[in-house]
This record gives sequence, structure tokens and C-alpha cells, in this order.
Amino acid sequence: MVDTNKVDAFIDKYGGEQRALTALLLDIQTEYNYLPQGALRRVAERMGMPLIRVYQVAAFYKAFSLKPRGKHLITVCLGTACHVRGAVRIVEQAGRSLGIAPGETSKDRQFTLETVNCLGCCALGPIMVVDGKYHGKMSASRVDRVLKEYVEAREAAANG
Amino acid sequence: MAKLGSVAELEKWRETIQASRDPSKLCITVCGGTGCRALESQAVSTAFREELQRQALESRVDLRMTGCHGFCERGPLVVIFPERIFYPGVTSDDVPEIVSKTIVGGEVIERLLYKDPKTGQKVVHEYDVPFYKEQQRILMANNGLIDPTKIEDYIAVGGYKALAKVLFEMTPEQVIEEIKRSGLRGRGGAGFPTGRKWEDCRRAAGDVKYVIINADEGDPGAYQDRSLVEGNPHSILEGLIIGGYAVGAQEGFIYIRNEYPMAVDNIRLAAQQAEEYGLLGKDILGSGFDFTFRVHRGAGAFVCGESSALMRSMEGFAGEPRAKRIHATEKGLWDRPTVLNNVKTWASVAHIINKGADWFSSIGVEKSKGTMVFSLVGKINNTGLVEVPMGISLRRLIYDIGGGIPGDKKFKAVQTGGPSGGCIPESLVDLTVDYESLTVAGSMMGSGGMIVMDEGTCMVDTARYFLGFTNVESCGKCTACREGVMRMYTILDDITHGRGKEGDIELLEELGETTRDGALCALGRTAPNPVLTTLRYFRDEYQAHIRDKKCPAGVCKDLITFSIIAENCTGCGVCLRDCPQGAISGEKKKPHVINPDKCIRCGICREVCRFDAIRVE
Repeated sequence: MVDTNKVDAFIDKYGGEQRALTALLLDIQTEYNYLPQGALRRVAERMGMPLIRVYQVAAFYKAFSLKPRGKHLITVCLGTACHVRGAVRIVEQAGRSLGIAPGETSKDRQFTLETVNCLGCCALGPIMVVDGKYHGKMSASRVDRVLKEYVEAREAAANG
Repeated sequence: MAKLGSVAELEKWRETIQASRDPSKLCITVCGGTGCRALESQAVSTAFREELQRQALESRVDLRMTGCHGFCERGPLVVIFPERIFYPGVTSDDVPEIVSKTIVGGEVIERLLYKDPKTGQKVVHEYDVPFYKEQQRILMANNGLIDPTKIEDYIAVGGYKALAKVLFEMTPEQVIEEIKRSGLRGRGGAGFPTGRKWEDCRRAAGDVKYVIINADEGDPGAYQDRSLVEGNPHSILEGLIIGGYAVGAQEGFIYIRNEYPMAVDNIRLAAQQAEEYGLLGKDILGSGFDFTFRVHRGAGAFVCGESSALMRSMEGFAGEPRAKRIHATEKGLWDRPTVLNNVKTWASVAHIINKGADWFSSIGVEKSKGTMVFSLVGKINNTGLVEVPMGISLRRLIYDIGGGIPGDKKFKAVQTGGPSGGCIPESLVDLTVDYESLTVAGSMMGSGGMIVMDEGTCMVDTARYFLGFTNVESCGKCTACREGVMRMYTILDDITHGRGKEGDIELLEELGETTRDGALCALGRTAPNPVLTTLRYFRDEYQAHIRDKKCPAGVCKDLITFSIIAENCTGCGVCLRDCPQGAISGEKKKPHVINPDKCIRCGICREVCRFDAIRVE
């Protein structure tokens, strides 16, 4: 559930200024890990703008997600340097291991697999980030080893 | 500390800071750039702190976490001052030995030194490492020296001197004249003369004007702007305030990617410190000049690097560009005259003011002056950030500084300018790198990404990669870009999947030219460059894909097959174990075989094979 007071606090932080809409949505996204509909409705109402105007911004920028995301976020860098070093194989392998395609969240909301255009750590490419931890110089064969502990924890939880 | 009310107070403060610092005192610097942090440099720094405490050396030795040094390939980097002993790839386990031997004993630890792969020689000092030796560092010079979170460090190396000079000794017109004479051009890629942009804005009607730092570094494979904002935020801020004074703006902004959290933190902190000391805000240094600064975080849209889209985004809307019949210098942010410059452009300003236009224009070549920071990445031995004079040859960049291609593979092409640029082939390796020559070669300077490719890189796949990128990032406002890029991408995707047909090449060329001519903004106009340059230089690769249904580089999955070379296979069983499809079979110690019906060509077997026994055709 969206806590209206919390959303209001974010809105007040920017004094309801229209230009701060992106910054405001970034804060909400950080809080909930996505943009809940209730929060967007509250923003439109409090800032006196049509809901479609809020959704236009929310849908335009990649940092925003309108769908809830998984507990664990796996990001694979697809920057050019990572691409020429075989990043596509990393995404494919991660997708196979988790049973989801890039951009998707697993049904049990445990994992979200995303790609990013560039993390600027090109020397470490290809890079896979799991919950903020960087795994550099990845190879497709290492993907399973990195994801193993997370996948096993999920299975253990499911079984017992 | 109270606000600095005059230049004399600033200089007095500088003297106090400098006097309190003993240049002969030992100082351990640990690189705190994002690359080194990803390699656990923070743990190394903590280990140093603890070890210094344990050996009761804290008062005798300084410890500093600096900005990015640029040699990201070998991180975490540790440099010990004053001698500049260079230890790359340091781990926490090495720390006690470094403290005992190098710090206490003054002894250089042989095994931790950088070994030049070409000569096999060990190198003791940072400045003798070939990667650094060939560079000319101006913008990046202080990154490895200062702690970006301490304004005192920036003041100690001459910070805000240029601002003081401008405010008290120069008129705005004189500042603009100096920048014009220096020959500085926009470092965001297009290369518009900076002084002229400032002059246009100064002359534009209106009381309210804005200056903006473009730190929306969206090109994949480029991260020098982040590194500068993270590593030396005050240098950019100082340039911006000077620009504000020159054009008559009292409000400045930075538009920065939210994907760069440390850069956001460091520039915010820098602004806060500058304000505390009266270097930002009301009546700067008692000059009567007011200037405020705000941080605007982007939310992930490549098109927002384009000026009109960026300003639209700052106004709180979706970042769609507009036709630029009227320049931003007349009607920009909120329709006010605005100057938008790249991070590196702003970072150059204080240097030009301090050392003069003549000094700056003595560096570089005829139409491209000063230095450029490139991120040298991809299939290259020394990945990292390099700052070189404009006009350097690709050969020197790739071989002398970059150390050549890993694994003795053959150099094939270098991609410059990100999704707006093109691929320059091996035959043009002696090309000089400046705005004009890159444009003639069909590419562009861009924001300085330089991605090296070897024989294992498929050029059709590369074109497809970039068009896939722009296809997703196109904002969809104008038809030429929205439809043109999408169609080019679909054709390239077909070709890489073996569905290419006669006439595709000609159609790609036609679409490319139409998109280039018809698109609204620079994103669309330059989007065809990766296709047009690869068609120009690597046409035979396209033909191989279309006619022979073959990928010569062995990349495009639908056009290749994997098999095992029986003579090389030792039957070790590693590939059999790692194959996700169970497509490999064979007895131990006997040559294995791949079942082509099960194989999904993921490439894992080739990756894990230690005997070069996987053949890709």
C-alpha cells in the first residue's frame, strides 16, 4: 500500500514545483522500487496537474518502472565495450538460469533481470551487477556460479 | 570558517593550507573511481587505515582516497607520494607488506610493480608507465592528487584562482575574448566554438540567463565525464561560475545521469562547500557577483544529452527535442538565453584563464586545440581514460598508450563517437584524431568514447547493436528517426539472422541518407553513422552475411556452427560439464563431439576450453 504521508513528504520537499517532477518521481521510485499507481495519482492531485502529464514523464524515462520489481535485481551491462566482449551471452545465460527474459520479473517476485546501456566500468567488462554488487570479467560459464546462491535460497524457501 | 570576503582572504587561506602541508611527507593515495571501487578499492583503503593505526604511523603518513586515475584495467591503484611509487592491482592482503616495507623501510616491493608487457621491465614510478607517459594530462591532472570531497585539496592546487582573476581583473567581454582566442570547442562532440556560443548568449536580450553543465553522458563506452565530476568537481564548478559571469547568468545547473550516484554526491558536496566559503552564492569574494547552482538528475533517456531535449527535461517534461530554428543562446531553458556545455568544456575554462589563450592554443592542431579525454575500451590491453593532445594518431593511442590488442589478435576497427559515430577501419590507423578528420572518415568526436574491436568482432552485428540502441532511445517525435531507425534495425537484424536478401545494402544506404537528412535532432541525424561507415569500410562482411549466409567473425549465431577439433581435444570433460544444453558427449580422455541439433551456440564451450579445440565456422 502507498503511504500518502510519505508521498506528501516527497512532494513538499520540492515545494510542489513543476520542474521537480522528475526528481520527485526518482525519490518515489527509490522508496518503492517502482512507481505505484496510488503514488502517481497523489502526485497529480497535489501538484494540480493532469494524471496523464505525470504518466508521460513516468513512461518516458528508463529509470522508472510502472510494475513492481523483484527482490533481487540483476543488471547486465550492454555498453559497447561489454558488447564486444560478449555481454549478450551473459544476458542470455542469466535469462536461462532465472527463467525470465530481460525486462521481466519472475512470477514469485524474487528476481528482476535488466540490462543497462553502460555502467562506465568498461575495464571490468562484461559486467553483471547483483543487488548492487559488481561482478566483473564475467563469462557465460560463470553466470550460474554467481547466481547459484540466490537461486538456491529461492528453492530452499519454496520447499520449506 | 567564515566566508571569504576578498581575493586576499582566498590567497591567505591558500597559503595557510599549503604551509600546513609538507610536500616531503609520505602519502598513500588509493584510487576511489567507480572502476577501482568495483574492484574493492575501499577495502584496500580501510586496510591501510587499520594497518597505519596498528603500526602507530597515522601522524607520519597521510592516507587519501582520490578520484579516478584512469588506468582502470589495473585497479585498484595505489600511488605512494612523494616518490610516486606505483602499485597496481593491490588487494587488502598486500597492505601490511606495503606499510612495513615501502612506508617504514623505504623499500620498493618488486612483485607489486607494474610490468611492461612489451619489454618485460618492471616500472617503479607512475609517470614512467607507458600508459601515462604518452599522455598530456591537464583536465585529469589533479584527479589522482586530490580528495574530491575536500575543497582544501582543490584550493591547495590553485583552485578558484581563475574565478578570482575573472571577477576582479577582467570584464565579461575580456573573458569571452580569451576563450575565443584559445580555440576551445565544445567537448560534447559537435565541436562548436565555445567562445562564440558565450558571445551569442551575452548579446542575447534579457536579464535572466542560464548556464548548464551537460553531464548526461549517455554514450555507451564513455565515462570520462563521470570521472571528472567524481574526481574533481570543483574544477567544473569553477568553470561554470566563470561562464556565468561572462555571459551574464546568475543561475547555473548541472544535468547529470542518475546512474552516476557518486558523481551526484560529489558535485552536490562541492557546491555546498563552495557556498560555505563564499565562492558560490551571493556576492562572491566580495565582487558583487551573485551565482546560484542546482543539481538536476536525469532519469535515463539517451536523447536528453541533446540540448533542446535536455532543457525540456529540466523543465519537468518528457525530454523531447525541438527544431532549433532559434538557438538556445537566444531561447533555451524556460525560453531564456542559455549556454549549455559539456563537462570537459567547463573543466577547461579555469586552465585557459590561468595559463592564457596562447598556452591553450599551442596544444593540438590547427582547428582542434587543447586536449581531449578519451575512454579507451573494448578489445584493448590498457583499458582506461587517456588525455592526449588533439591531433594524436589512432596508432599512438591504440598501440603506445593502449598497449595493443589482447591475445595477439588482429586489430580490426575503432568505433568513436558512440551511437552517433562510426567505425574506422585498420587501414586508417594513422588518421589523426581531431574534429575534422573524424568527420571526413564518416565518424565524429562525440564525447570521447573509443571502442577498439578485433578480428572477433562482427561489423554487421556492431551496426545492429548501435541501431538497436538508437531504436530504443529514439523519442519517437519525428518520423524520419522513429521509422527510419526502426527499419534499418529490422533489416540489420534480418541480415545477422541469415534472412538478408539482395538489395538490402542499397536499401540501408537509402534509409540511412534519408534519416540523416530528415531527422529533427542530432540523435536521428547521426544514428545512421554506424551503418553507413560499416557499409563503407566493411561491405564484404555484409555480402558474406547476405549471399553466403556466413559470419566471417563467427559472431552471428544463426550463421555459425560449433564443432570440436578432435586433434586438439583431450577429453578433459570441462565443456561437457558446462554445456547448458547437454549437447556435448564423449568418453573421458577421448575426443568429444557436439550434437548440432541440441547446440544453441551460446559459446560457453569455447570459453571454457583450454586446448583451443572448439571450432566456429
